[in-house]
Amino acid sequence: MSKRRPYVRPMAGWWRKNPFFVEYMIHEGTALFVAAYALILLTGLVYLSRGEAAWNVWLEGLKNPWYIVFHWLTLAAMCYHTYTWFKIMPRTMPPVIVAGKRLPDFAITGSGLAVAATASLAMLGLVWGMAR
Amino acid sequence: MSENQRIIEIEVLRYNPETDKEPSKQVFEVPFTDDMSVLQGVQYIKDYLDGSLSFRWSCRMAICGSCGMMINGEPSLSCETFLRDYYPARVRVEALAHFPIEKDLVINMEGFIEKLESIQPYIIPKEERTLAQGEYLQTPAQLASYEQFSSCINCMLCYAACPQFGLNSEFIGPAAMALLHRYNIDSRDGGTAERMELVNSEEGVFNCTAVGYCSEVCPKHVDPANAVNQNKTNSAADYFMRFLTPKGGAK
Ligand code: SF4
Ligand code: FES
Repeated sequence: MSKRRPYVRPMAGWWRKNPFFVEYMIHEGTALFVAAYALILLTGLVYLSRGEAAWNVWLEGLKNPWYIVFHWLTLAAMCYHTYTWFKIMPRTMPPVIVAGKRLPDFAITGSGLAVAATASLAMLGLVWGMAR
Repeated sequence: MSENQRIIEIEVLRYNPETDKEPSKQVFEVPFTDDMSVLQGVQYIKDYLDGSLSFRWSCRMAICGSCGMMINGEPSLSCETFLRDYYPARVRVEALAHFPIEKDLVINMEGFIEKLESIQPYIIPKEERTLAQGEYLQTPAQLASYEQFSSCINCMLCYAACPQFGLNSEFIGPAAMALLHRYNIDSRDGGTAERMELVNSEEGVFNCTAVGYCSEVCPKHVDPANAVNQNKTNSAADYFMRFLTPKGGAK
């Protein structure tokens, strides 16, 4: 009779066992903030469709200090999400060949972050200009 | 041994299927010199402290892929990891994560071998050629496109780094997918349609959630995460192709 009795280790709490996995879970967790913010904007749209008075109620609601704190939190979460998203990007795409050479990972991550920063600033500038 | 010999504590996760209900830790005090690897540390234990300690190794030069262990929780080749980098702290050694333990540091790799076979790891010629027609030619650029994915030494560190494989051992996983990709993008190969069935299947690429740790721990810079994720795109394209072409994408 075989004396074999392979032992399968439990997976409970796997993501706490390695800093890499902790970072991964935070990355995934920050996606919830992204989703939450999409819902907030959607609510705004619903209020807007009900006319000016409703829209103003929604705007007033946004001024609640708790809401503002939440916005800052969301901003931080989004920044972290963006950073880790572009960090993994070189892993997820086909090689980019420039002048016969493969583009290094940091160039891909760097240009991703640069595009994200530029787009965000342009958006901010646009909204700022309209609000004045 | 030389005079600058020091003593390091090595904590080993032991498991004897004949007597133990579950694995348990055992600490050994091992004299070491600066040039000693963790593998040499466990070899010292086997030679001088406890002959029953079981582990795999062969080449001692990071090429056979048999000495993989969790060293302080990180999947590593024990022959290219050095005791001096942990001293004076204790170094923890455990069998590769996510695989069943047969005994001590030896894991059961049957599942992995089956996966390697399942991807048809050989060239399925695009066009039959007779001997008289000579060999299949390839340009340096065509070679370069898959070369990195052909450097795998089957050490399974990437599986020990993949929580999705830990949660579902059916997942074809990083190394097998890297090898599959290596053949699919080889200019001489015509087996893509057959292999895509596996890529698209329940065991296929969509088990991956892009954790990316597999590529981080790979000692040969194969970047298996890249192979898996490129095939997510290929799989999606394959799926939509079936609506566009009369015969569909994969068979
Ligand atoms: S892909 Fe890298 S880590 Fe995975 S088995 Fe091959 S050599 Fe080892
Ligand atoms: S003993 Fe061969 S890779 Fe370590």
